[in-house]
Amino acid sequence: MASMMTRRSMSLMKSRSMMIHGSSRLMSTSWWKHVEPAPKDPILGVTEAFLADPSPHKVNVGVGAYRDDNGKPVVLDCVREAERRIAGNLNMEYLPMGGSNKMVDETLKLAYGENSDLIKDKRIAAIQALSGTGACRIFADFQKRFSPDSQIYIPVPTWSNHHNIWRDANVPQRTYHYYHPETKGLDFASLMDDVKNAPNGSFFMLHACAHNPTGVDPTIEQWKEISYQFKVKGHFAFFDMAYQGFASGDPERDAKSIRIFLEDGHLIGCSQSYAKNMGLYGQRVGCLSLVCEDEKQAVAVKSQLQQLARPMYSNPPVHGALIVSTILGDPDLKQLWLKEVKGMADRIIGMRSSLRENIEKLGSPLSWEHITNQIGMFCYSGMTPEQVDRLTQEFHIYMTRNGRISMAGVTSGNVEYLAKAIHEVTKAA
Amino acid sequence: MASSMMSFPSVSPSAAMSFQDKCKDKLKPGSAFFGKEKQPLSMKTKSHGRVTMAVAVNASRFDNITMAPPDPILGVSEAFKADTSDMKLNLGVGAYRTEELQPYVLKVVKKAENLMLERGENKEYLPIEGLAAFNKATAELLFGADNPVLHEQRVATIQGLSGTGSLRVAAALIERYFPGAKVLISAPTWGNHKNIFNDARVPWSEYRYYDPKTVGLDFEGMIADIKEAPEGSFILLHGCAHNPTGIDPTPEQWEKIADVIQEKNHIPFFDVAYQGFASGSLDEDASSVRLFAARGMELLCAQSYSKNLGLYAERVGAINVLCSSAEAAVRVKSQLKRIARPMYSNPPVHGARIVANVVGNPDFFNEWKDEMEMMAGRIKSVRQKLYNNLSAKDKSGKDWSFVLKQIGMFSFTGLNKAQSDNMTDKWHVYMTKDGRISLAGLSAAKCEYLADAIIDSYHNVS
Repeated sequence: MASMMTRRSMSLMKSRSMMIHGSSRLMSTSWWKHVEPAPKDPILGVTEAFLADPSPHKVNVGVGAYRDDNGKPVVLDCVREAERRIAGNLNMEYLPMGGSNKMVDETLKLAYGENSDLIKDKRIAAIQALSGTGACRIFADFQKRFSPDSQIYIPVPTWSNHHNIWRDANVPQRTYHYYHPETKGLDFASLMDDVKNAPNGSFFMLHACAHNPTGVDPTIEQWKEISYQFKVKGHFAFFDMAYQGFASGDPERDAKSIRIFLEDGHLIGCSQSYAKNMGLYGQRVGCLSLVCEDEKQAVAVKSQLQQLARPMYSNPPVHGALIVSTILGDPDLKQLWLKEVKGMADRIIGMRSSLRENIEKLGSPLSWEHITNQIGMFCYSGMTPEQVDRLTQEFHIYMTRNGRISMAGVTSGNVEYLAKAIHEVTKAA
Repeated sequence: MASSMMSFPSVSPSAAMSFQDKCKDKLKPGSAFFGKEKQPLSMKTKSHGRVTMAVAVNASRFDNITMAPPDPILGVSEAFKADTSDMKLNLGVGAYRTEELQPYVLKVVKKAENLMLERGENKEYLPIEGLAAFNKATAELLFGADNPVLHEQRVATIQGLSGTGSLRVAAALIERYFPGAKVLISAPTWGNHKNIFNDARVPWSEYRYYDPKTVGLDFEGMIADIKEAPEGSFILLHGCAHNPTGIDPTPEQWEKIADVIQEKNHIPFFDVAYQGFASGSLDEDASSVRLFAARGMELLCAQSYSKNLGLYAERVGAINVLCSSAEAAVRVKSQLKRIARPMYSNPPVHGARIVANVVGNPDFFNEWKDEMEMMAGRIKSVRQKLYNNLSAKDKSGKDWSFVLKQIGMFSFTGLNKAQSDNMTDKWHVYMTKDGRISLAGLSAAKCEYLADAIIDSYHNVS
């Protein structure tokens, strides 16, 4: 059986073997010489750097994790209560491969609507997933397995991990226009051109709301046009919805793009995450769903999704799922949650106004209206990587080099400092 | 808002027609869309400002997707649940049960959880590599806290999604850095191993392991097959309590296995899912891994806390790569992270915190060791009882002592598929088709019944 070793690993083998035959007690040379250090993750690496900084002024507006006005992580009251209820009571038996049915059912209602016919008709194949990342990854693997010749169209820019996910799933990537640097808004005309020019039946990944990293969302009218054009072209729409509730404060409103597509009869795919809107970041809770023609197909598709999950992690973690189903299954807790989500969204909307006002007060020659036009956790500031580096080196302000500010990290305590720093590095631009 | 969609019964499109073709067909002017024939698509009329158009709604791309087969292990529990017989016994999935056949949450886990609840810790993302306290604790548990490999920082550890997830990340590392290298897995092995390597696109082949004649280890076959593998293959070894057979090499045999692996420049890849569950001693069960480490070998090792801490559904485990230098460990860890990021970004926090709290607290740790011994002890005692019943009730003189020689949660009964089916169909005993029974699901009270079922299936079914 011929081994397809590369020359490099062959020579590695040889030198290793020469060393070994000396004595079986001799320390082996390493198998791993050819393994290079991986570059730091552009997003999660920011927090690592932030944590290592001793400066008392440091500000972390890097990773999209919500902070309260004191800059502290928040565990929602509804979550604490849910945890009290579930602590120690239930056993920890394996969930089914598709995860908690109860949690999935509640989650589908959020995306598809409480009274969705698709849910009633059992036309949705859905599994609990490892938050948004896991949902996207299983979808990407599913796409590779069942549409092996397809590609994925990804907006420019997008969350950097999207590229990693489809790449590791071996699905070739194309991009479509999205962000318009001149207006710091949506490049709608180019987006539509790309949709029209893509081959019929292409797969597109869309951010359902609160686009990451730009915070730029299509209007309702624009969504309707996109949906219409997708129908004309027979494209497949995969929605990544990581911020439902977080954008406007109202989950129903934030799901509008999806509802438009559903009304138009699209058979969509959807990734949902509870990392931000329920503050369950580290619990890794989410859902992957695919709309099918009928119940029978949904059953078959779900079985195949499970088939992908089994050799990846067997079955998903229970704790976060229990929290979700406890909250969403109890009307009072659900109301509390809705209130808390709105509270988080409102604080961010307030910080947007505050940041913009503060920069404008300093007499900046540039326009900063995009700060309040954009929506959700992030603001695409328009700053260059060099300006961002200055922010970090001179002001100990941490953000990703694409100029994305996580508004969740902005507080009434640091907004002035942040405004000053931004003004400082951009005033000469 | 009520949809005005008209739906038609699903019709399977001809397999020859591509999705694109179907679409073009529907949109062609004068196409059958407005006609009276049944369409596989739903139609909807929609107003767009001044223009009213009927536009085809997407046909499903999933028409040709067939039903996946039920998982051979997890599917067993589903079938068991559906069985209405009073006599039913679930010996399928390896999940520990008490004598009352109830799931068991370890007392020490409850204590740890309550402590965590009181502390009210936040739920922030863990780093990609997982909880630092957990990673430290898990490596110490595996190698021994005093092991020089730890002092020398030669182990790259990242928290993973239990055993499965840790194996998968390791498999991806192999695929990426050793393209074409093969993994050798035991015949038989846990059913999901091959799925993991298949999905990670790592070629695999089997080494002989189970000898049906002796219902023991085919040691010569194992050594021969490992010797024959291309140099630089990865050899997947069960650290203790082999799944599904329960047959472990002796310490002398482990030495010989290490010899041949070194001779052939192979890389040992341990799957340790039952540390503590085999002998009852956490240290003893790690001795195979420690033996290899002591020889200065590099190795990979996946760990799981599903069984030994009862944290099944929390998905807690780790992948460890023992390298020859601290510098290599740093590089390897960075690449493990790079694989994890597009799979799940960062691992779930809850289970990791439980483990870190249990292992990190001397009182909890001792309590855990006691509970571990209790669980392993219960399994040893049902083994004995099962053996006693088999010997007493089977008049054929067949040697059932393999039941006692095997170790860990499982027993490989030697029953073939037809006989295993008989166990289920006639006796309502649920097990996997390879003849594996999970003793963790057996109570002392049911030993006699099980013995009867096994004797009947073995002798009366072929």
